[in-house]
Amino acid sequence: MLINYLMVALGAAFGVLARFSLSNWIKRRWSHDFPLPTFIINVSGSLALGLITGLGIGVHASLLLGTGFMGAYTTFSTFTMESVSLNRRKKKRVFYSYLISSYVLGIAAVFLGTSLGAATRSLLGM
Amino acid sequence: MIDALLVLFGVLGALSRYSLSLIIHVPYHFPLATLIINLLGCFILAFVTRFLIWIPRVSPKLVAVFGTGFVGSFTTFSTFSLESFALIQSNHYLEAAIYLLLSGFGGLAASALGFRLSKILLIKQRRRLRHAD
Repeated sequence: MLINYLMVALGAAFGVLARFSLSNWIKRRWSHDFPLPTFIINVSGSLALGLITGLGIGVHASLLLGTGFMGAYTTFSTFTMESVSLNRRKKKRVFYSYLISSYVLGIAAVFLGTSLGAATRSLLGM
Repeated sequence: MIDALLVLFGVLGALSRYSLSLIIHVPYHFPLATLIINLLGCFILAFVTRFLIWIPRVSPKLVAVFGTGFVGSFTTFSTFSLESFALIQSNHYLEAAIYLLLSGFGGLAASALGFRLSKILLIKQRRRLRHAD
């Protein structure tokens, strides 16, 4: 059981660093209202989690990369706080486009990821 | 120093999420654990960024690192997307719609609740400080 917690902890340590670094890197290059850093992080994390699921890796690898890394890399709370902030600043169009595009592309990314993962799996004869 | 704290908070956030997901009983075809985790996280983030930030002796930098590290890693968007997709793929459209709506509107409501509570506590605190003068 302890190994499961260790896998999640190790994955999360890298996941949170990846989110923080990538978010700061994009913020320095992006000055529009649309919260692009969190959007890119959440959609790419959904794609990767779909890929991990489609590949059907083992329990420990899945805890490390899925629950740990992708779980810590993507974030729901920041996404919601940014939406609230857009709404308060009366940026209605950006508010709706941020919410809808995150949900739709997040789910579409999972679909793409699982399909790619499953295709790779059968290609490799796993 | 900040990076070490960020990693520490991030690890603790993810471990809290994992532990809660093991404890929360999941009813048939409904991802209740992630829903509770995400709504709780939205409430906590709103509360800490609007309340703790105003408390003297609490470093604003520490609050920011706690928000990004702990709450950011505690909540998750990827699992939410994966579970929504799994519900749609298995033809559980009603459950998928309920999950999406509860996460979306619930998250906004949980944040609003966090802001409201912060406001009430801050007003109380200011009143207490005025009486102390």
